[in-house]
Amino acid sequence: MTPLDLYTLAGAVLFALGFHALLGRAHLLWKVLGVNVAAGGIFLILLAAPPRLDPAVADPVPQAMVLTGIVVAVAATAVALGIALRVTARTGLPFLDEDHLEEDDPA
Amino acid sequence: MIRDPAHWSVLAVMAPLVGALVALRGRPVALRAGLLLGALGSGGAAWSLARAVRAEGPLVYPLAGWGAPLGIELLVDGFSVVMLAVTALVGTGASYYATAYFGDLSEASVRESPAGRGARYFAPLWLLLWASLNGIFVSGDLFNLYVLLEILGLSAAAVVTLAVTSKATVAGMRYLLVSLAGSLLFLLGVALLYIAGGTLAIGTLAEAGLEGPLPLVALALMTVGLAAKTALFPLHGWLPPAHAAAPAPGSAVLSALVVKGSFFILVRLWVDLHGGGTREALLLLGFLGAGALLWGSLLALRQRSLKRLIAYSTVAQLGYLFILFPLLYPVAGGWSADAWAGGVVHALAHALAKAAMFLAAGSMTYAVARDDIRAISGIAHRLPMTFFAFGLGGLSLAGIPPSGGFVAKWLLLRAAIEQGAWGWAILMTAGGLLTLAYVLMVLRHALDRSETPPSFRPAPRRLEWAAMALALLAVALGVRATELIELLAIGSGGRLP
Repeated sequence: MTPLDLYTLAGAVLFALGFHALLGRAHLLWKVLGVNVAAGGIFLILLAAPPRLDPAVADPVPQAMVLTGIVVAVAATAVALGIALRVTARTGLPFLDEDHLEEDDPA
Repeated sequence: MIRDPAHWSVLAVMAPLVGALVALRGRPVALRAGLLLGALGSGGAAWSLARAVRAEGPLVYPLAGWGAPLGIELLVDGFSVVMLAVTALVGTGASYYATAYFGDLSEASVRESPAGRGARYFAPLWLLLWASLNGIFVSGDLFNLYVLLEILGLSAAAVVTLAVTSKATVAGMRYLLVSLAGSLLFLLGVALLYIAGGTLAIGTLAEAGLEGPLPLVALALMTVGLAAKTALFPLHGWLPPAHAAAPAPGSAVLSALVVKGSFFILVRLWVDLHGGGTREALLLLGFLGAGALLWGSLLALRQRSLKRLIAYSTVAQLGYLFILFPLLYPVAGGWSADAWAGGVVHALAHALAKAAMFLAAGSMTYAVARDDIRAISGIAHRLPMTFFAFGLGGLSLAGIPPSGGFVAKWLLLRAAIEQGAWGWAILMTAGGLLTLAYVLMVLRHALDRSETPPSFRPAPRRLEWAAMALALLAVALGVRATELIELLAIGSGGRLP
């Protein structure tokens, strides 16, 4: 097993852990953290992409993808945390629970 | 002024993006100017690109002169152009509606809190969403698609939370999380495809051909992610609460356009990238589409909230878009032009009709201040034009001639019957009848004079006109379908340049 394979494996494990938290945990903060861990896993897999032309030089395209991906993940986290705060403020709880909501006035 | 027509594909993204920045200024004049810029830029781009694609075939535009494999290429074919055009039409209608819906965007209503949040932020968020949609329709690069898909998902969820209700906030949060989960699966798929194929350009990947298990795993991950974003049964649970809770112009663009963004990418994957490959997967998509059609229609019939009924109707109508996949490839290596035309015309007709219905429903719920089918009884006599718009949109959805929905269903049925696929043909006919049933249910309540609504305030004329214009376009689509079908045959069927 090469070090690159280890990165790929670690990335896959991180993705699975993060995705599991996103689907399985009820608390909104867990879900948002899960998204970030899963995204980190994908970034690891991308960084371990095999070099294409020269075996001594890393492929620049996956690295550009990771940089852009980090920016996207930061933006997504900000929006998700903002809406999660509003959910907590309106319903009193940081969970997705529509059953106990009163019928809101549409006006 | 612009020599190379492919430059317009950049304008299609830049115009709404600049419009969003202008609208962020927040003053009523800035909101209007931003919306106008988005509408003019998108409309102009769609018109010019349509002429160019008709004359020269599919266009490829390397951004900043850097082509694939290292640079990012924009790609405009017939499918891109018709999606851009319908987005420009629906977007302009929804923007016009929004200028009246949020308290006329007057200085007072923009400042007023918390209802003013909609007035203040709808225009910039919707313009950002518009830019990302246009971007998806002209992208030929997988990672570019990922970034645009993420912008689409973030701005769409934010639009839902503009309605100042707890339900909207929770529904928007759920929508955002589903959307993020879908994007993660898509990004993982993109990473695996890059590792397997060494490029992100869809055209180059398609030429190289996909071999081995890795690309198939990647395609499966991306398909599940995109299916969740398109609300394909059984991953549709997030859609009805989110689309029903959003402010009316938001509901219209979410149901009409946003779900078509991820559908567009699915077509790029299964038609252009991996054309007709893995028939079992296409059949599975078709079966899930059939499930969506039946389950969504049955649930639409059981709703008491008008906007929820329309949202479940979206779940059902999206089913046709997935039944398309097995019909496209009757045999290995075959291609059904009828199915292709029918499927895409259905996407366009549904966009126009559903936007008209949601906008009309917004006017009705505004007038009676409640979102309840029983509360709108007799509204046909109070808001005749809105009633007419809802009816035209609904009948187009049900496939009554000569509407766009009729042409779409007729082409899909013809394709199914020619292939001897009677099961699909019967299913699609049943779906049309169920659609007719829930549309007539609403119309019957609206015509019922015996119970008059307890409270009524007249809806602004602009709300009524915007819905009416889109409903008429949904019908007109059926009359002018031939030119459209010629246009979307350009570059389709896994023959990317």
